[in-house]
Amino acid sequence: MILNVKGRLGSIRCFGIILGLVVHSNSNAGEWSGYSAAEYRYFQHPSLNVEPSQQQVSVVMSPEFYHQWDDGKQSLIIAPFLRIDNEDAERTHIDLREARWLIAEENWELRLGIGKVYWGVTESQHLVDVINQTDLVENPDNEDKLGQPMINLSLFQEWGTVDLFVLPYFRERTFAGKKGRLRSQLVVDTNNASYESSSETHHIDFAVRWSHSLGDWDVGLSHFYGTNREPLLMPNQQFTALNPYYELMNQTGLEVQRTTGAWLLKLESIRRETTTETFIAATGGVEYTFYDVFESGLDVGLISEYLFDDRDDELATPFEDDVMFGTRITWNNVQSTELLVGLIQDLDSSDATWSIEASRRLGNRWKLSVEGRLFKFNQTDNALYQVRNDDYFQVELARYF
Amino acid sequence: MRNWIFLLILLLAMPLAQAETAAEKGLVIITEADKRDQGWQDSSADMLMILRNRQGDESVRQIRMKNLEVIGDGDKGLTVFDEPRDVKGTAFLTYSHSLIADEQWIFLPALKRVKRISSNNKSGPFMGSEFSYEDISSFEVPKYSYLYLKDDVVNGQDCFVIETRPLYEHSGYTKSYVWIDKLEYRIQKIDFYDRKDSLLKTQVFNDYKQYLNRYWRADTVTMENKQNGKSTTLQWSNYQFKTGLTDKDFEKNDLKRQR
Repeated sequence: MILNVKGRLGSIRCFGIILGLVVHSNSNAGEWSGYSAAEYRYFQHPSLNVEPSQQQVSVVMSPEFYHQWDDGKQSLIIAPFLRIDNEDAERTHIDLREARWLIAEENWELRLGIGKVYWGVTESQHLVDVINQTDLVENPDNEDKLGQPMINLSLFQEWGTVDLFVLPYFRERTFAGKKGRLRSQLVVDTNNASYESSSETHHIDFAVRWSHSLGDWDVGLSHFYGTNREPLLMPNQQFTALNPYYELMNQTGLEVQRTTGAWLLKLESIRRETTTETFIAATGGVEYTFYDVFESGLDVGLISEYLFDDRDDELATPFEDDVMFGTRITWNNVQSTELLVGLIQDLDSSDATWSIEASRRLGNRWKLSVEGRLFKFNQTDNALYQVRNDDYFQVELARYF
Repeated sequence: MRNWIFLLILLLAMPLAQAETAAEKGLVIITEADKRDQGWQDSSADMLMILRNRQGDESVRQIRMKNLEVIGDGDKGLTVFDEPRDVKGTAFLTYSHSLIADEQWIFLPALKRVKRISSNNKSGPFMGSEFSYEDISSFEVPKYSYLYLKDDVVNGQDCFVIETRPLYEHSGYTKSYVWIDKLEYRIQKIDFYDRKDSLLKTQVFNDYKQYLNRYWRADTVTMENKQNGKSTTLQWSNYQFKTGLTDKDFEKNDLKRQR
């Protein structure tokens, strides 16, 4: 563990300095919140690779500083993030999730700095959500994101909101290291990334999005030009590692949700164009919730979505012709107990992913979360075939402050 | 003979006329209460919610609320959580309507996700409390039918007692009895009856304060569940009115900025 952490000591010291600076400069203004947590992962099977173990322990610190002034029209958020993992040196990492200044006027808002943006409506995958890079070492669900440097101007009009983005710096995707689980047989060598653009990480990306609510409908239409957040992974010459290659892309995205009664109808679709390929992908489905079932206070939601990708290539995406079924149960009790169970089933083979996520609060400050994922992959040409032995169960205890 | 017929018609018509009077009187009282609370334009306040179980264990939620009065329709509301800390920054935006479905969005700070949600959930508990979503939603006259029942004394105040029955869908109640004081037309107490028509909850309003020489707000509101022994107390503070909030402060975009 000491060896693993060693290489990261510089970053951790840096984390300390950021914290120190924020505490000192603003100790009597603004507020702190956030959480720290301990996480334990147990993998049901030995890894297909030699190095990784069946157990993994890590700790997280995720503080957030917030300060507002000028009658709330201006604000500052600084949110560093740190994870220390006992096995995977790549999972031990630091990030600035947010460090942004906001100025808000009646008809516009400007965000400067490092930020996080979410686009989309569906549950099984997030096709349209393209601004922030995925922090994949955090969780294979792709929902953790790295902070993205940006200038974001939002304009509020009668006919909707227009968001303009200038993204001056690119963040590489994180991948599990040699001793990490949930990885390909060949480790991704993030030190050997290459780019289509000669500006590499300094390529300036642009994005624009229009979004609007009209009665039952919530709609978003976006376009992104810049570095593809999803790299192509290519074996190096010695065939000892995979090198990420980041292309440039144009991506147009559409999000639609219709909310009527207890029904949510959802659709996300993208058209992505790179030098090597052009394709269309979509996710669409329904969510229906039974509220206060038998006057118990419980809400039971049923979700079903269809996942489509016209590349029809399991190596490019495992979700090319798949269906997702899920249920979300919310107890609405004092502890805010929640349970989400989901299955994504390939329609052309027996390949499937099961996932379960549950959480409850303990007292006012603690939260216990459990998570499990099962990967049933028999097709060798599936992108997730290499994680077929990485079924895991995870417990996390977090303390919020 | 003519007199007899006249008397008979009168006798037959009397219960009907009386019933109409009770409904009319109920509506008149509620309309007066509603009228007296009009014109506040916008308000903001802090709410401390204390949940108690049968054993007396307490758990606390801290919530900030902003409201915008919408004449001729339901009000707009923005609710932000400060406690418990794991949901800090979670925010709800509601455009309420009388009889058609409310529009509602939630902001989930961990994912920075704004999500449109169904507003069908009326009878379910709000944040594990004894208040359900319909208890904390904006009051609009057309949401209920009214029947004046009797006069009574509650909290030392002479009150009208009105029976209300929800006209909107998915309510957890068959009816409620509402005590409104004759002096200032403030709600003093509500008894809620569940779908089986048995007494479920009693809500009591205490420590009324008047703002801008007109608008009354109770500082302490307690909801006691008569069936499971749990209770929830709301303690309101920092009430402010006419602070200059507009429609622009109650838009989807605003959810992301709430702290």
